Amino acid sequence: MTPFTNFESRMVKLPLNNVDTDQIIPARFLKTTSKQGLDKQLFNDWRYDAAGNPNPEFVLNRPESQGVQVLLAGDNFGCGSSREHAPWALTQWGFRAVISTSFADIFQQNSLKNSLLPIIVPPGVHAELFAAGPSAIVKIDLPNQTLTTPGGRMVKFPVDAFSKHCLVKGVDELGYILEQAPEIAAYEAAHPATINALG
Amino acid sequence: MPRTIIEKLWDSHVVHESAGAPTLLFIDLHLVHEVTSPQAFQGLRERGLKVRRPDLTIATADHSIPTSDRSLPIADKIALKQLDQLETNCAEFGIRCLGVHSSQQGIVHVIGPELGLTQPGMTVVCGDSHTATHGAFGALAFGIGTSEVEQVLATQCLLQRQSKTFQVHVDGRLGAGVSAKDVILALIARIGIGGGTGSVFEYTGSTIRALGMDERMTVCNMSIEGGSRAGLIAPDDTTFEYLAGRPHAPKGAAWDAAIGRWKQLVTDDGATYDRAVTISGDTLEPMITYGTNPGMGVSINAPVPEPSQVADPMARDSITKALAYMGLEGGKPLVGHPIDVVFIGSCTNSRISDLRIAAGLLKGRKVSPKVRVMVVPGSQEVKRQAIAEGLPEIFRAAGCEWREPGCSMCIAMNGDQLSPGQYSVSTSNRNFEGRQGKGGRTFLASPLTAAASAIMGVVTDVRTLL
Repeated sequence: MTPFTNFESRMVKLPLNNVDTDQIIPARFLKTTSKQGLDKQLFNDWRYDAAGNPNPEFVLNRPESQGVQVLLAGDNFGCGSSREHAPWALTQWGFRAVISTSFADIFQQNSLKNSLLPIIVPPGVHAELFAAGPSAIVKIDLPNQTLTTPGGRMVKFPVDAFSKHCLVKGVDELGYILEQAPEIAAYEAAHPATINALG
Repeated sequence: MPRTIIEKLWDSHVVHESAGAPTLLFIDLHLVHEVTSPQAFQGLRERGLKVRRPDLTIATADHSIPTSDRSLPIADKIALKQLDQLETNCAEFGIRCLGVHSSQQGIVHVIGPELGLTQPGMTVVCGDSHTATHGAFGALAFGIGTSEVEQVLATQCLLQRQSKTFQVHVDGRLGAGVSAKDVILALIARIGIGGGTGSVFEYTGSTIRALGMDERMTVCNMSIEGGSRAGLIAPDDTTFEYLAGRPHAPKGAAWDAAIGRWKQLVTDDGATYDRAVTISGDTLEPMITYGTNPGMGVSINAPVPEPSQVADPMARDSITKALAYMGLEGGKPLVGHPIDVVFIGSCTNSRISDLRIAAGLLKGRKVSPKVRVMVVPGSQEVKRQAIAEGLPEIFRAAGCEWREPGCSMCIAMNGDQLSPGQYSVSTSNRNFEGRQGKGGRTFLASPLTAAASAIMGVVTDVRTLL
C-alpha cells in the first residue's frame, strides 16, 4: 500500500444522505474478476443517461470536478452492500478522502484498506463545508488528524491509531496478521473445529 | 461480571490482543461466493499464500448465476467467466465448491444453515453484507470486504474492533398476516438505516422466541439494513431441533457435548446493553417500503410521508428525491398502487417456510394477468423440498414462474431484472435506486404481502384475503 501523504484539494459535493454502495457502483458491474477499470462506473446511474452519455447535471461530470481529491457527502455514506468495488471505484477516479458526518461500518473498513480516508466531522463543520464556494480548498493532515476548512479553521477528526499507522506507513494489514501465525496456531490447537469434513 | 451473548461470542474468539492494534479474532466458518472473491484469490497468488483452513471454508455460486434452465449454456460471457473463475480458484486452493451444477448449490446464506455448517457459538463471515443471517443460530456473523476475504483465506483471522451491544426486544403475539419480515421492516423504519451503525443487535422477547428458524433468519438477515453488521438470537430448542441430523452438525456424543456448550450461549441476568429498543409485536401490522432505502417503510395502510412535513432539510431532500424516483405522491397510502412484477426469493425470504406461506395463499387462486410473478427458491435443497410438497404446481397453476435457485432479482446481476419505471413488490432486502434493474421501483414486503399483491395486481393488505 502506498503511504498516505498530506494534501489539499477542492471538494466534489454530493448533498445526499444514505448514499448506498449500489449507487457508488451498481451491482451489474460486479461481474468483473479484476479490481481495475471501475472508475468509469463510479456513480454510473447518476452519471450517465439511458443512452450512456454523460449527464451534464451530475457533479462528477462538471469541468470543475476534474482532478478533485475530496468527496463531501451526506450522512451515513456507503451503506448497504459490502462490495469493496465502491472504494476501488472512488480511489480510481482520484478521490483520497470522503468527508461526512457518519459512514456505514463495512464501507469505512473497506476504505481504510484502500488508502481512502473517511473523515467524520460534526454537523456544524459539515454544513460549513457544504456552504463553501466552488473554489474552496480543504487541507488534510492525517498524522495530526486535522482538516483545515476553507475558512482556516482547524478541525480534529477521529481515526483509530492502528488504521492511521497503516495508512501513514503504507503498512498492509495482512502482513501484520501473518506475523501472528504462532498465536493463531495456538488458538487452533485449543479449539478443534465442530464442523466436519469440509475441503 | 454478567455478559451479553454478543460479548461471550467475542471473548471466545480472541486470538491475540496487543496495544495499539485491533483484536485478532478467529473465524470458524468462511463462506465464499463468485462476486467478492476473485480479487482475494488473486491477492493470495500474488503473495504466494495458501488458504490456511480449507476445512472451514466453502464456496457456492449464487449472485451472477442464471435462474433459468441450468442444462443450457450460460449466455452472459462475463458472468460465465466469473463463475468459471470461482471453480478454478476453489480447485487451485483446495476449497469445496458447490458450483453451478452442484446438487447443493444455493444462496450462500441459505445453504450454510441447511447443511448444518452454521452453528451456535461460531464466528461466520462472508464477502456479503447479509451474512448477519447466520446470527439466527446464536453465531456472530458479519459481512466483510474483499481485502478481508483475502485475510481470512490466508490466516482464518480478522482484525476487529468490538462493537456496541444493541438489544432489540420484541414482545407479544403477531396478528394474522403479520410475519418476521414485518418485524424487521418495522425495526428499520423505527431506527433508520444508520440506526445500528457500530452495533451488534441481539433480538430478544417472546415474539422472537415464537419464530421458527427460517423466520429468525429473515429477521437477522436484514440487520445490515438497520446499519448493524451483525444481529443474533440466542439459541434454544428451536435452534437445536433445526440442526439435529444436518449433514455437518455434530453427531452422537459430540452432539450431546455441543448442546451442553450451546445452552451457555445466553445473555446473563444483569448484563447490560449499550442501547435498547422495544417493539410491540401485538400491534404490528404488515409493513411495506415506499422509498429508496429500507428505512423508508410504513404500515401497509399508512400514508407515505409528505416531504413538506419533514423538518430537516437534507432528510426532506432525501424523501423528495426518493418519491420522485418512485413516482409517488406524499400523503397517500400505497394500498391499491398498480404493480408490474412480484419477486418471491432472496436470502431474506426464499426458504421452504416462505414458499409454503406464499403457496398457501396462492393455492386455488390466479395471479393478476398484468403481473409477472417470479418464485425463486433459495437452494437446490429448498427446491427439492418444495417439489416434494407439490408447491411448484401450485405456483404454476396460479400463473407464477418457478425458477432455479440463486440471488436473482434481489441484486439483478443475472438478467432477472425490472425494466425502467416498473413497480415490484419484492420479498428481498433492498429497495435502493436501480437495485432490481436500472430505473426499477421496489416495494419491500413479506411473502404474504407479495403473494396477495400478485393476486390483486396492486399493493394489497393480505388481511383482506385471509
